[in-house]
Amino acid sequence: MADSGVTDGAEKKEDITRVKNEGKELSKEEKQRLRKEKKSQKKNKEKKDEQDALASEREKNCAPSTLSQPAAHKAETAASPPVQAAVSEPPAPAAAAPPADKPAKSKAELKAERRARQEAERASKPGKKGDPGPQSTAGKPKAPPSELQPVVKRLPEHVQVDNPEVLKKLAKKLERQQIPLRSDYGYKVSLFSHLHQYSRKAPLTQQLSIPSTVIHPVIVRLGLQYSQGIVAGSNARSVALLHAFKQVIRDYVTPPNEELSRDMVNKLKPYISFLNQCRPLSASMGNAIKYIKKEISNIPSQCKEEEAKTKLQDCIDRYIREKIVLAARAISKYAIEKISDGDVILVYGCSSLVNHILCEASEKRRKFRVIVVDSRPRLEGREALRRLVKHGISCTYVLISALSYVLPEVSKVFLGAHALLANGYVMSRVGTSQIALVAKAFNVPVLVCCETYKFCERVQTDSFVSNELDDPDDLMVTRKGKTQLEGWQQVSQLGLLNLVYDVTPPDFVDLVITDLGMIPCTSVPVVLRVKNVDQ
Amino acid sequence: MELQAVLMAAGGGSRMMDLTYNTPKPMLPVGNKPLMWYPLNLLERVGFEEVIVITTKEVQKMMSTDPKMKLEVKMKLDVVCIPEDTDMGTADALRHIQQKIKTDILVMSCDLITDAALHEVVDLFRAHNATLAMMMSKAHEFTETVPGQKGKKKTAEQRDFVGVDESGKRLLFMANEADLEEGLSIRKSIMRKHPRMHIKTGLVDAHLYCLKKSVVDFLAENKSISSIRGELVPYLVRKQFSKAANSQTTKDEADEQSQKQKDGNVNLDLHILSRDEPLLQLAQDYSCWNDHRGDMSDAYHGGTLRCYVHIMEQGLCYRVNTLAAYIEANRLAPKLFEEPAVHPSAVVSERCLIGSDSIIGAGGQIAEKTSIKRSTIGNSVTVKEKVKVTNSIVMHGVTIEEGCNIQGSVICSNAVIGHGADLKYCLVGNGQRIEPEAERTNEVIVGSDQLMEI
Repeated sequence: MADSGVTDGAEKKEDITRVKNEGKELSKEEKQRLRKEKKSQKKNKEKKDEQDALASEREKNCAPSTLSQPAAHKAETAASPPVQAAVSEPPAPAAAAPPADKPAKSKAELKAERRARQEAERASKPGKKGDPGPQSTAGKPKAPPSELQPVVKRLPEHVQVDNPEVLKKLAKKLERQQIPLRSDYGYKVSLFSHLHQYSRKAPLTQQLSIPSTVIHPVIVRLGLQYSQGIVAGSNARSVALLHAFKQVIRDYVTPPNEELSRDMVNKLKPYISFLNQCRPLSASMGNAIKYIKKEISNIPSQCKEEEAKTKLQDCIDRYIREKIVLAARAISKYAIEKISDGDVILVYGCSSLVNHILCEASEKRRKFRVIVVDSRPRLEGREALRRLVKHGISCTYVLISALSYVLPEVSKVFLGAHALLANGYVMSRVGTSQIALVAKAFNVPVLVCCETYKFCERVQTDSFVSNELDDPDDLMVTRKGKTQLEGWQQVSQLGLLNLVYDVTPPDFVDLVITDLGMIPCTSVPVVLRVKNVDQ
Repeated sequence: MELQAVLMAAGGGSRMMDLTYNTPKPMLPVGNKPLMWYPLNLLERVGFEEVIVITTKEVQKMMSTDPKMKLEVKMKLDVVCIPEDTDMGTADALRHIQQKIKTDILVMSCDLITDAALHEVVDLFRAHNATLAMMMSKAHEFTETVPGQKGKKKTAEQRDFVGVDESGKRLLFMANEADLEEGLSIRKSIMRKHPRMHIKTGLVDAHLYCLKKSVVDFLAENKSISSIRGELVPYLVRKQFSKAANSQTTKDEADEQSQKQKDGNVNLDLHILSRDEPLLQLAQDYSCWNDHRGDMSDAYHGGTLRCYVHIMEQGLCYRVNTLAAYIEANRLAPKLFEEPAVHPSAVVSERCLIGSDSIIGAGGQIAEKTSIKRSTIGNSVTVKEKVKVTNSIVMHGVTIEEGCNIQGSVICSNAVIGHGADLKYCLVGNGQRIEPEAERTNEVIVGSDQLMEI
């Protein structure tokens, strides 16, 4: 049977049905197969890959031989997809963090195999056919790697913009939540056509009613501030989001016959969709939302409304205080140890955390100077420059094209991060990986400063898969009254790309300074695991 | 709730007394709809469900009997009547309804006809947490000849000087020519903060303001301000740069202490500081955005009072407060809506020529051999044979006898034009009778009772 990616339970069912249908021959082959499984489970991934290759060959060979019982097989295949779909739900969440869950998965595998073996032996008195045997052996080794991900990979919607079905589903979901759909703008460069690209001149509020009734006015204001870039930067966006949620919670009234813990989460969902439409959510915002949702659903049902609301607001205050404000203080304490007198520190763009560290360091009377590297079109470095100079730090300002010219005099590079991914990659403003790369070439240590609430369980090794496309019109600049790129939409082969983020591999990062201490980049999954256990 | 709409419909129309001495300005027909229908329609289209209408008893009575208002306005109108004799300014009216106001307000004047996208103004108000957001538009020259104007003398309209910053959104300076005795003086504090300022004249103020609730509370305490446009807006614009508003560098407690020692104007700043300010301030500190660059100050220069203006480049925006504007509006207002030019209930004979840009109101009776070009004919108008009406506005209930020739004129309600009359660029007041075979050019024909009013 050409069933690739068969999952545990499906297989079990297949075994049983096959046993029932095909008769005695199954038992010997099955026992053989099960013995092989036990061996394969102890081996590592590469072995399984080999067997995968073999399996595909064997399957091809077995295909003609199964023509003898096409009807029965078809029935089974018909039965297995729904079974697969049903069973793929439980494995899917478990499959979310493959590296961490590897040992756990094989335990579940073992259990299922044992159960299947028992069933098979119970019914194994009649014989079995030879064909399903090698097939199932082929299927089995293929199962462990593939059962980590079900047949249909559940990709997030925002990286499937070129798939019309996903867009239709999104449109339906937004319609249900009464939120307008923001349409994409302009020609997208082909490598990034799977991402959204919006124009700042077409705000989402155009399609909303003016005294906004569906969406809380605070959320509308927040969405506008996000899309216009008034609130920019990972920490700023999270704090603003939590502030807005505090207001929403304050104005919330439990409808009759509803429970606060369940209804409030439903109320927040359309707001989150709206904010996502205004500007894709950042990893830190995602973690904050997860925290709030957990807190809301943990409210006991006998809790009175006022009490619950104050409790939630206190939770939010505590989260901001602990994860952002105090974390910044802890990080600067660690980071200041790394700054010595006479240092030349290079920073990129405007990171609130790095600015905070440098300002604290200058208050502690360390003697150092800073080189601020900036890049178009955002030119955020100007804001960082202003804040540092205001504190009395002597700064140099260069554009990123001058990076290799200034690096010989730099002693350390401090970078901020938008998120730290589970495989140790650092997601930050576009240009950061450039800086890290060139710094590595010059043997300058690169230190990334990041609070733990920005650690995210996603895994990414390149900047293409999941990114954010900003308004392409930002790349147009008017000098001396002339705008060269004014008619870029009319030129057929021209596409403007305004990327926002990029990922830096952990080989280029020497140290990550978090509120838990100074860790190497590869220890991020450990921190994540510890965090999960704590919660 | 986010915004409450307030419609100011108690104005007298002091600049077009010839038209308004009998019909109050909000109910003047423009394109066969009462003037106040246009802003109400704009609010309804944008999504408002309730409007507070401040008006006089007379207008309220007329509103309840007008078919257009009853049928087409689906919003809930909360009509607040103010006594007619008192000289209440717009700010006084806001003070009057202070109890009803629970949130930020959007104040509109009843004489605004526009197709602007309101979300542009409201977005400025929301995104920058502004105290005031208003709308202005480039003024158009009125090309139509105004009846009753003697010669080419145009009353020198007092110009408005509006200063905006580089982005064209932040309102830095607003003054009327009448208030500037010696010349235009700009404070150094403004120049220091915004070294590049664009000063524009020739802008029409649409009289559409988004105001924070704290401003209404401030008005309740400061009874000296009586007009929004004339006093409140310039005051707010000036206050952006006053010293008290910019003591953001000192701690909040110290602020309030020193401000409590001053009096009067203090209240506005105290009102402005909203709840949960520390978190918003934290978010702003973390954010890498600044509204200006080149100096060492934080975003918005640390000020909490901000005024924004949206200047419309294209599109229709008329304030119908002069006769010329009224005529222009009548010409252009029908183009805003897709409605049939000739009302279905009008009886129009076959052999009459009705131009494509004319509109005929309900119940009109147009007899044969008439020619109606570029004109607006109101409801229940009787036009007899062989009449030529060009470039004119004929209001409701008028009777035009045979053989008349009416050009560039405004005929008010219930007037009767005798047969064979020839009117060029005249304004015929309410209920007037023009004798047959009259020949009038460029005259304002009104009743003797109106002439008595000085």
